[in-house]
Amino acid sequence: MSIVSFSVNGEQRTLDVPPMRRLLDVLREELRLTGTKEGCGEGECGSCSILMNGELVNSCLVPALHAEGATIRTVEGMADEARLHPIQQCFLEKGGAQCGICTPGMLLATEHLLAKYPNPTDEQIREGLAGNLCRCTGYMRIFEAVREAASLHPSKAQLA
Amino acid sequence: MLGEISRMAAPASNQIVGTPVLRKEGVAKVRGSAQYVDDLELPEMLHGATVRSTIARGRIRSITFDPSIAWGEYIIVTSRDIPGKNTIVHLFEDHLCLADDLVSHVAEPILLLAHADKAKLPAAAAAVKIEYEPLPAVFTIEESESRQTAIWGEDNTFKTYLMEKGDPDSVWATADYIVEGEYTTGAQEQLYIENNGCIAEWSDTEGVTVYGSMQCPYYLHHALMLAFDLPADKCRVVQTETGGAFGGKEDFPSVIGTHAALLAKKSGRPVKIIYDRGEDMASTTKRHPSRTRHRTAVSKDGKLLGAEIEFAIDGGAYCTLSPVVLSRGTIHAGGCYFWPNLRVRSKAMATNIPPHGAFRGFGAPQSLFALERHMDKIARVVGISGEELRRRNFLHPGNHTATGQLVADPIDMNAMLDRVLSASDFHAKQARFVETNRRSPIQRGVGLASFMHGAGFTGSGERRLNSLVKLEADAQGRIVLLVSSAEFGQGTNTILCQVAAQALQIPYEQVLIAQPDTHRVPNSGPTVASRTAMIVGKLVQTACENLLATLRESGLLEEQHSAAQFCHACIAHREQHGSLTGEARYQSPGDIFWDDDKYKGDAYPAFAWAHYVAEVAVDTRTYQATCEGFWAIQEVGKVLHPTLAAGQIEGGVAQGIGYALYERCEYKDGHLRNNQMTNYIMPTGADLPPIHVLFEEIPSIHGAFGAKGIGELPMDGPAPAILNAIYSAIGIDFDAIPLLPEDIFARMMRQSSGGSEDLKPEEAGPYYSRSAPQDEGLEVPA
Ligand code: FES
Ligand code: FES
Repeated sequence: MSIVSFSVNGEQRTLDVPPMRRLLDVLREELRLTGTKEGCGEGECGSCSILMNGELVNSCLVPALHAEGATIRTVEGMADEARLHPIQQCFLEKGGAQCGICTPGMLLATEHLLAKYPNPTDEQIREGLAGNLCRCTGYMRIFEAVREAASLHPSKAQLA
Repeated sequence: MLGEISRMAAPASNQIVGTPVLRKEGVAKVRGSAQYVDDLELPEMLHGATVRSTIARGRIRSITFDPSIAWGEYIIVTSRDIPGKNTIVHLFEDHLCLADDLVSHVAEPILLLAHADKAKLPAAAAAVKIEYEPLPAVFTIEESESRQTAIWGEDNTFKTYLMEKGDPDSVWATADYIVEGEYTTGAQEQLYIENNGCIAEWSDTEGVTVYGSMQCPYYLHHALMLAFDLPADKCRVVQTETGGAFGGKEDFPSVIGTHAALLAKKSGRPVKIIYDRGEDMASTTKRHPSRTRHRTAVSKDGKLLGAEIEFAIDGGAYCTLSPVVLSRGTIHAGGCYFWPNLRVRSKAMATNIPPHGAFRGFGAPQSLFALERHMDKIARVVGISGEELRRRNFLHPGNHTATGQLVADPIDMNAMLDRVLSASDFHAKQARFVETNRRSPIQRGVGLASFMHGAGFTGSGERRLNSLVKLEADAQGRIVLLVSSAEFGQGTNTILCQVAAQALQIPYEQVLIAQPDTHRVPNSGPTVASRTAMIVGKLVQTACENLLATLRESGLLEEQHSAAQFCHACIAHREQHGSLTGEARYQSPGDIFWDDDKYKGDAYPAFAWAHYVAEVAVDTRTYQATCEGFWAIQEVGKVLHPTLAAGQIEGGVAQGIGYALYERCEYKDGHLRNNQMTNYIMPTGADLPPIHVLFEEIPSIHGAFGAKGIGELPMDGPAPAILNAIYSAIGIDFDAIPLLPEDIFARMMRQSSGGSEDLKPEEAGPYYSRSAPQDEGLEVPA
């Protein structure tokens, strides 16, 4: 067992866990942050995507040990009690979530994409979300949600 | 005052159906707070695992437990622990719950383990040593129909059908052309992103309760009653949020749910079984592989005179739902064309592959792939375009389908085709690609497929289901829908609440839907067969009308009412009578007749109609075919929710593109070798083209506010449209899917063997015939 300490959604957490335990399991089972999903357990589907130090990672491939000192954001950190994050609102309105199992990962991938490209081209959206599989939507409405979220992005609000 | 009046008047024109209201459970999904089965923890819960066969067929000789494991810590369940019948009931009772003597496929469940520590299960499962006496196994339709090895029943045949119209034997002598072809399709994994999973609890007084990811709570309920020998009220099934299903959670939850329940009973504690991806892919159902043979008589002016179609599917080791899948495939085999004479013979064969099961489209994508490829070939023999051949043979209102069903909808297939050809710029592209293909290693083409898809259960299925829907008012005067229809992404919750809100003339927010729980909701049938919007929706509408009538008869509500008046009336009724409910039971429309023996009559209450256009590029250096554009037009009756409906079509088209170009199940000795997402490839967002969705709306009298089924339809068209486009790009007819770069490479590297692969009618003469197929002797069912 190892002591691992990191911040999740703004809260500092210290845990005693097997060092090679998957971060996905630490989040879901130790911290009960079950919004992060497991689809494949081998880095292919992206439903376990989280942001770690601002980078999009598949938490099923990250050993707990690697989270030491990290700043982690999961889907639970996106909305506050009263209000959805604009990206969540766009997914909701545009039909970007059907069964919803890929949605938490997609939302974080979108946040990551828009941080990198506030005005993404269609190509950048397709490539930026290519690590996140969705079997329900055919992606069209997810892309539309991303475009809509980009149009609401703070960088544009300032321009306006 | 004026404001008051307009608010009062507003409900009369209250349009909720057809508007993009927010998905009922959408907020929970985008927050990540929706509770899928793996998100649930019960106190004292154990985790379960399954020990499976490693051979395709054989007898279990011995089972030994490696002493390196502390077996005392584990709960172990074998077939001897099953209190009732050792079967997972679907249509028959051939499917074992746990194999005890004979194993019939790889990954067949033999023994179950449970332990409090999930991490301790894999090693323990591997430490159960099973020795077998191997028996010969069969892996293909051809091996099965040869009957050299008997593996199921007397003749390896789960089911056969014979469907006839007119006098198909009379057409051959007078035909100008006879065109033959053989087409095959592969297995396809549903690949819902949430794997199968269930949690079961046992109580000696209450019986068994199972929570899980599923489409049909009452299927599992039925399976539990039989395996546990319990009455209905001692079995309870609750559907949890379900992360995709597509048919893959229609019959299979009966297996995993029963397994979890057996472990729960033996341990006296809750038990959770969640498959990982590898186990889910290796052991659960896939789309049935198929083989279709066509022999078609055509006149020189391109009229279909008649045909013989032989349709065969590989059902896998147990019968499960194969007869129903076969039935839908059989009825759709003649497609959306007028056949004066037609004979379709079909059969579902047993193999030693894990049982194949439901997957969106349910047999129709298989037989329609064959037909729509074949139509393009016929057109070339006749010397007209595929478009023109289709136009000369479309079903029109007043015609009768292959089962003799009258086309009653005022459908206009030609007008719809015009619309999608113009939206996709089909003709201009065709001309342009002829030019550009001369100069580029990337060869482009466009292709078309036309089809229809029956909504609801086939034939007398709905009558047998006898579905029931209930509504009740809660203490705040809101309406709660009680149905067993499951939400798994398609939008069941949302559209049924829209239908109720519109029928009751109250806001969408005032209608709630109960979690499907067999102790609370009646059996409104399974969530399959594109039946929810049409059949269950209509029942919801009727139940609402009944509830309104109750309120009006008791004098609590006027003919015209506001939302507030309705709410008050509900509360008042509850105060006076203790409750307020409404219900509706399925009544077969008087004008629908089906003859199960002759396979004639009204096969479905309604059909959806469609034309799909694919644009493809084949890179002749990498042999990769890519779909670069997709246009889908469909007539689906009233569109209840534009966003959800388009999302259904786009999602189905994406799966269809995967079916055609990406997704291959590779079996070796009955093992699925690529049971991972790393080697079973489904399309990512970067692989898919823009998908353009167009609707025509002709309200159907059979569905809620005119809705027809929509869910399965989009699976039918993409594969043939894409392969037709590939022919148009590179001039090679491919007859099999999936079509991966290695297949294109192999075909481009070898000399054509003639026949249907490269068609030269002038050389083929009036009789054009693929040389290969020998009649395998499909027999006429007695
Ligand atoms: S679960 Fe981590 S990528 Fe699929
Ligand atoms: S919404 Fe179901 S997998 Fe994406």
